Amino acid sequence: MELKSILFSLVKIIAVIAYLYGLLWVLGVKVPVIKVGSRKLNISLLLNAVGAVVAFYVIQLALTDFNGFKLLNSFDSGLLYQACSMTMVALGLNLIYGFNGQFSLGQWGFYGIGAYAAADVTFRWMNGDSRGLTVLGIGVILGGLTILLIRKFLSNLRRMPVLSSFTLYLIGAVIAGVAAVFAGKFLAPFIDPYLGNSLEPGVLNQSFPMSIVFFFAVVFGGIFAAEVSFLFGLPVLSLGSDYFGIATLGFSIVIYTLMVNSDTILPFPEMKGGRGMIGIPKLTTWPWAFFFMLTVIIIMRNIIRSSTGRSIISVREDEIAARSMGIDVAETKLMSFVVGSLFAGLGGGVYAHYIGFLSPNAFDFLVGFNPLIIIVFGGLGSMTGTITAAFGWIFFLEGMLREILGKISPEAPSWRYVLYPLTLLLLMLVRPQGLLGNIEWGFLKAKITPLRNNETKEGVKTA
Amino acid sequence: MQSVSKHQKPITIVSPNSFLAWIGKFLLILLGLLALYVLAKNLIAKPSLFAQNVLDGLKLGFVYALIALGYTMVYGIVKLINFAHGDVFMVGAFVSYFAIENLGLHVWPMVVFPNITPMLGSILGTISVILLAMVICVLLAITIERVAYKPLRDAPRIAALITAIGVSFFLEYFGLLQFVFSARFISYKRPFEEVTWYINDGIHAIEKGVATPPGSITFSNIFVIIIVATVLAQIFLQYLVRKTKIGIAMRATSFDKPTARLMGINVDQVISFTFGIGAAFAALGGVLFAIAYPSIRTLMGVYPGLKAFVAAVLGGIGSIPGAFVGALIMGQAESLTASYISTPMRDAIAFSILIIVLLIRPTGIFGEPEKEKA
Amino acid sequence: MNENSMEVLPLLEVEGLTKFFGGLRAVNDFNMTIFKGELVGLIGPNGAGKTTVFNQITGIYLPTKGTVKLNGTNLVGFEPHEITRAGIGRTFQNIRLFNGLSVLDNVRIAFHSSAGYNLLDSILSNERYSQKEREITGQAQDLLDVMKLSRFQNEIVKNLPYGEQRRVEIARAMACQPQLLLLDEPAAGMNPREIIQLMDMIHFIRDNFKLTILLIEHQMRVVMGICERITVMDFGEIIARGTPKEIQDNRLVIEAYLGKGAANVA
Repeated sequence: MELKSILFSLVKIIAVIAYLYGLLWVLGVKVPVIKVGSRKLNISLLLNAVGAVVAFYVIQLALTDFNGFKLLNSFDSGLLYQACSMTMVALGLNLIYGFNGQFSLGQWGFYGIGAYAAADVTFRWMNGDSRGLTVLGIGVILGGLTILLIRKFLSNLRRMPVLSSFTLYLIGAVIAGVAAVFAGKFLAPFIDPYLGNSLEPGVLNQSFPMSIVFFFAVVFGGIFAAEVSFLFGLPVLSLGSDYFGIATLGFSIVIYTLMVNSDTILPFPEMKGGRGMIGIPKLTTWPWAFFFMLTVIIIMRNIIRSSTGRSIISVREDEIAARSMGIDVAETKLMSFVVGSLFAGLGGGVYAHYIGFLSPNAFDFLVGFNPLIIIVFGGLGSMTGTITAAFGWIFFLEGMLREILGKISPEAPSWRYVLYPLTLLLLMLVRPQGLLGNIEWGFLKAKITPLRNNETKEGVKTA
Repeated sequence: MQSVSKHQKPITIVSPNSFLAWIGKFLLILLGLLALYVLAKNLIAKPSLFAQNVLDGLKLGFVYALIALGYTMVYGIVKLINFAHGDVFMVGAFVSYFAIENLGLHVWPMVVFPNITPMLGSILGTISVILLAMVICVLLAITIERVAYKPLRDAPRIAALITAIGVSFFLEYFGLLQFVFSARFISYKRPFEEVTWYINDGIHAIEKGVATPPGSITFSNIFVIIIVATVLAQIFLQYLVRKTKIGIAMRATSFDKPTARLMGINVDQVISFTFGIGAAFAALGGVLFAIAYPSIRTLMGVYPGLKAFVAAVLGGIGSIPGAFVGALIMGQAESLTASYISTPMRDAIAFSILIIVLLIRPTGIFGEPEKEKA
Repeated sequence: MNENSMEVLPLLEVEGLTKFFGGLRAVNDFNMTIFKGELVGLIGPNGAGKTTVFNQITGIYLPTKGTVKLNGTNLVGFEPHEITRAGIGRTFQNIRLFNGLSVLDNVRIAFHSSAGYNLLDSILSNERYSQKEREITGQAQDLLDVMKLSRFQNEIVKNLPYGEQRRVEIARAMACQPQLLLLDEPAAGMNPREIIQLMDMIHFIRDNFKLTILLIEHQMRVVMGICERITVMDFGEIIARGTPKEIQDNRLVIEAYLGKGAANVA
């Protein structure tokens, strides 16, 4: 019986991962363009769309209750959501570290920022306060515009001390923030009446508008994390690699401390500081989690295989050579850091609305090593590896191992944290480049450049 | 071909004295003034309390200095952030706890030589407890180095770093198991009696049940021991690195490993030795920390370890005096923040100081600038 | 070529270039004018400051004093990547390739500034992205053809032999679409056969890509063989300039090389 259930959960894990790759493979299939009459039919695009929809419904089906039988029970689906958000965070870190070579330990901080920001929006909305959404939304938009404006101003200045640019951006961000707070106050009387309160939800608090709010909450939370990372990364990215890592570690500890003091030092009583924020609406559903994860995967893959992606990788390989090839190294670093943090922020939003409870302890720096371990485990610079490792990590460590060890004795699950560092040590000793190195499969693979015909011949001749 | 025309947009080179270049410095000066204001206000309001806080900060800072030495030496030689170092510190504290609690090691001089003076007896006892902790920690560190780090010496640096994190997690989570150290706070029995003095018109011993006069500063023999031990450790280490053969080998290894190997230095031995020395100081720090703050637990090494590491970076990682200065700064930052700003904010302030210092001096206070060659 | 182009603006004008490292004067009052289509050599014993001149021209070091003008625009103060985009490509003395990447990717990276599509295009993976990407790949493969590297295009670059790596570096520098190409010891570590090949190749790219080339070299026979004009540096100063023939007979140059240079040439 025991063995059967263990096998069953193993099969489920493998099935989900295999399924994900099947989907990514389908998305990557290139079908030649077919001409129907005078119109060109791009079948591969169609196939991609169909693949995504089918993928979505298959998992949806697995999550559906058929007279008490669910292929993936609520425990499994919880793992699925966690895996989705972990995948986003880890992919973001892989962009920063694996592809761009900037050793960052701050990813967890941005994850936390995204989680708290998004949770605050929906929490307030549910309790009849629209200011969460309006202030955050207007704030990130104004903040983004301010950043663009200041960039424009700085673009013809050279040898500007980085601290000075930082100060200008900081002033801009503060002004944008203050403006957003006032705008939120101004808008509140127009929106709040439609929200009702927790006992009598208003028109805008029904399930459909709520899911829209959720979407914007997650997106704005992500953008907020990205803007914070811009401000932080601007001065700090000029440090050498180890020093950058330590500064980012410091950042995530500062964020953790701010979370613990969110009700005393920061003006957010609803976050309840170290006691943890409870009552976040559980709005993460499979469609949303899937949507966000797939978007992140596709965006990242498209960036990596583009010219920008190559410039990101070139910075990892050799900064001075990259500079001499016309690549703006500082900008490239900043961009990958910001995009990576955006992914982390999005992941945080998805996580917060799955778990429904945010405690600063979940954002402690020790837990923050997890994404780093995941990307090293999967292979730096491999999206395939990251996705596999993130799913595998959550399913094995949080899912299967806990279940199996729980059956041995109630105390045994804590052994899994003894086992996993050992696994890690073993892996590093046997395969220091990670499980998959920098191998990519299917959809995630950069387009292979075919040898042109004449060269194939020449190659054969001379080889 | 591209033309220059699109770059003919005029650029301005910001001169180091212009207003724009100064904006960033204004921000720093503003922050500095704010910090000075807070400190000065409290110093004037209650000078004795301020001095007391500075003393407490010193006590903490000196313990951090002991741990930071291990970080800075290991980083100097193998460029590895040895995350497991904080846990070696924890193991040191636990070893001394078991030595005192289960073996009664601290009273052996009284048992063996019944006529010994209590003073000499407790000194001998304490030293033997510390020595035991040191020996065990050195063995632990060398084992870790041999098993986990040595096979990875030619692997990418991240592999070694992840391994270090793995070792640290292993020690922590293994320690957290119920039958090992468990997750509880355990009260620690000191190997000797604490004696406290207060300074108020001269130094007086505090007697039980007698209140100290207002405005006096207290300190204990533990404080004195910590300072003496750390200063001795610093001197010993400076001597070791500057004057002895193994010290020269260490410096050569940190400078250029392959060349050092060609010069006949046994690099592996030197690295093991460095880990061992670092662990010995961490063990000393662990015992002193437990004596000073007599409550120990498995995760006690995490934050002191991190702070000590930050201290090492702050001072310029790889530099021994740097680690010492950095640790004193961290101790003061923590103690003063806890008393004058807010206790939970002390980590945030400590790390903010680190980030600001790195922005001004990218390789720490005593660090040598990184060379970049085109 | 330069004799009858007096009325043409010079491509590169370096005036009074000076660089101090702390108290050390690495380059002092360096002047140089290069006209379009020239192939100029910069030689000198080790530590003469040749590479420092390169690093100042390409913006990696900010000159202590002096100007560097390309087509009449002063480049001092621009970031290295902007100088590259303005039309100066370079290679490195100790090869600096993107070691983990394929030969083709190494070259494609250098097309970044002229990619013709932005981040949004690549995120949307739209028509412009795929078209430009095909163009870039095509151009990169053309360059590899020229440098006789086509059959290595999918190899990881660090696995190539030394001579091939040098050629990849030249191909990569050319992918920046420069007007002026700076080659820092392109023949270092090559065997005589490879050197002859390389000399042909440098001539070929100069003529076919309408490039102007400034090269640093230790091997006298490369410099004497292909350069039209030579500038000699020693201790950060220019000690001679002229045609290869003039340089060969210059006493100062022979002294600077302690006879070694003269022996090589003779």
